[in-house]
Amino acid sequence: MSLTKRFVALCVALGMASLAGPGGAMAQTVVGVTATEIKVGNTNPYSGPASAYGTIGKVIGAYFKKVNDEGGINGRKINYISYDDQYSPPKTVEMVRKLVEQDQVAFLFQTLGTPPNSAIHKYMNEKKVPQLFVATGATKWNDPTHFPWTMGYQPNYQTEGRIYAAYILKNVPDAKVGILYQNDDYGKDYLKGFEDGLGDAAKKLIVMKQSYEVTDPTIDSQIVNLKNSGANVFFNITIPKFAAQAIKKANDIGWKPLHFLNNVSSSLGTVLKPAGLEASKGLITALYMKEITDPQWKNDKGFQDWVVFMKKYYPEGALDDQSNAFGYNVAILMTQVLKQCGNDLSRENIMRQAANLKNVELPLLLPGIKVNTSPTDFAPIEQEQLAKFDGERWAIFGDMVEAIRK
Amino acid sequence: MAQPGDGLKRAGLVVVLVAACALPFVLSGFRVFQCTQVCIYAIALLGLNILTGYNGQFSLGHGAFYAIGAYTTAIMIDRWNVGYGWTIPVAGVLCLVVGFLFGWPALRLEGLYLALATFSLALALPQILKYFEHWTGGSQGIVLSKPKAPWGLPLSEDQWLYFLSLIILVILFVLAANLLRGRTGRAIMAIRDNHLAAETMGINSALYKSMVFGVSAAYTGIAGALSAVAIAFVAPDSFDVFLSVTLLTGIVIGGLATISGAIFGAIFILFVPNWALDISKAAPWAIFGIFLIVFMYVMPRGIAGSLRLLWIRWMRPAVVNTQVKRNVS
Repeated sequence: MSLTKRFVALCVALGMASLAGPGGAMAQTVVGVTATEIKVGNTNPYSGPASAYGTIGKVIGAYFKKVNDEGGINGRKINYISYDDQYSPPKTVEMVRKLVEQDQVAFLFQTLGTPPNSAIHKYMNEKKVPQLFVATGATKWNDPTHFPWTMGYQPNYQTEGRIYAAYILKNVPDAKVGILYQNDDYGKDYLKGFEDGLGDAAKKLIVMKQSYEVTDPTIDSQIVNLKNSGANVFFNITIPKFAAQAIKKANDIGWKPLHFLNNVSSSLGTVLKPAGLEASKGLITALYMKEITDPQWKNDKGFQDWVVFMKKYYPEGALDDQSNAFGYNVAILMTQVLKQCGNDLSRENIMRQAANLKNVELPLLLPGIKVNTSPTDFAPIEQEQLAKFDGERWAIFGDMVEAIRK
Repeated sequence: MAQPGDGLKRAGLVVVLVAACALPFVLSGFRVFQCTQVCIYAIALLGLNILTGYNGQFSLGHGAFYAIGAYTTAIMIDRWNVGYGWTIPVAGVLCLVVGFLFGWPALRLEGLYLALATFSLALALPQILKYFEHWTGGSQGIVLSKPKAPWGLPLSEDQWLYFLSLIILVILFVLAANLLRGRTGRAIMAIRDNHLAAETMGINSALYKSMVFGVSAAYTGIAGALSAVAIAFVAPDSFDVFLSVTLLTGIVIGGLATISGAIFGAIFILFVPNWALDISKAAPWAIFGIFLIVFMYVMPRGIAGSLRLLWIRWMRPAVVNTQVKRNVS
């Protein structure tokens, strides 16, 4: 490097340091950003076994289109590049390398699924490319010390399990707990959080654990077993199809436990209605989003805005699919981060701003739930609220539960 | 038996090899990674082609052997800190044994029934992997580190992995060519064409079929092992049923019962889905389906088979000419 170049570099570095304040003198990498455009990369399962989630990738694209139609962010349009990874980790690696090395995106946003994100976790951190707001409920994304370029989004499953455990310890003196869980990482994460939450009491309180495979046709026999175990509390860790079956079957055979239903299956449209609203009475779940099929939000501003948006920008998307609300929320959060970045869209600053969200409210989060991050806290949503189904809607009760993280 | 055009063929082979060695120095890291994947798929496809193309046994479950190879490598590296180089032959031998043992009872099954039996293997394996969570990491999988180039070679990780895959590919292709062009190969094909006639001629059909199954599984297992090293991650979701179907697509498109077809097939199954996605984001698999139909219609014998036909047609005048010349002299 010649002397003049060195001098210029020094000036630039000093200038940046003064702009960024103390501690901001690190090297800045600006990739994927021009005066008119920000390139954002994403992978989603548009085909394959998990393709039902692909709508999240699409609704995000629709939201960015809306942002662009309204003039973009600080004059820059978002160029959203989303590839199909079929939920297959090798394909994710290939597509993400294409995004990072060939398309030269500024950062990745909302790559979906625990296995796909695990496959690119190390790569993204070695390349120092932000991997923001990944769409998975696993616990490992909040690890800024070891993985400073990766950040989660939603409350994780273990946290939710602990919330139910705390409720039982406090409110149900003679609890005998029966558990039904899906035999994979999702089911086991919930189970672990729940058992950790019960602590030493777990052995005594849990009278039976039953599991099922996602490929099983029915879980009727598990429900009968749980009833016969004499359990008076039921923790139902199942995906929508099986949750509806479980609620219906328990009702049919006259088993009336205190029934905890995991957030994954809290949809009125896809779970409670098929199971029967009467049979669903008394269910308890933990929510962080507005359940879009719940009539109580009919006149809510956030909900109505979302419906208008869906009709204009994503008319083929289903209005009873919670995933479309999920993607809308997280896309709004992403635009918030980019707005905060101002004109410094270096990867370092994007990460810094993502870790600098203070009390951000999103239109389809429950009222009072706020997004907060810091350089040591890479878990944006950490609050949940218990809700009881009253036969018509989810009635929120009790205090906001702050998740306690390990 | 030297045939006209053999010299040309050999020269062509050398050109291809030289080009293959030059590739990683002209392409970007991401493209090199894709070429590595082509090499890996080509090994797996050759394995399946030995079984299906040459021996006439259908398998819809080779993704399972691919997975066994990948997990063997991943577990050995993750649990026992074995060097990745050692794990690849171990994966091959393990798959050889598993394939042979699976092939033995599968002897009673012919054609579609064998396809179904192998299909069940591909269906069951991801669940079995989840069951042995202690070893396999369950559905979370196992994260590995990418190996650096050894002996201080001035190569990037991508370049080194490419050369490693290429070397293994060349070795396995030469071995396969030797196996298939000799007496054993004729026996294998005789069983495919008419197993009664083959047995009458004294070929031990049962032994050969199981052996072919084993060798085929070993090839696919080695490919799986290499993929674990190249991707640096394994999880049950990497090896669903779709992988097995993809492999079968690859050998049919590439050319059944051809060796070079494995490479064409590998290029097809890696790149064509991506092109399809570039053409239409809404229905990439519909586009892929159209590609598939067009290929089957235009090249009913696969890419390698059609190239061979072209080659023969192109060489024919030369053959006639030499004969004419001989007659004259």
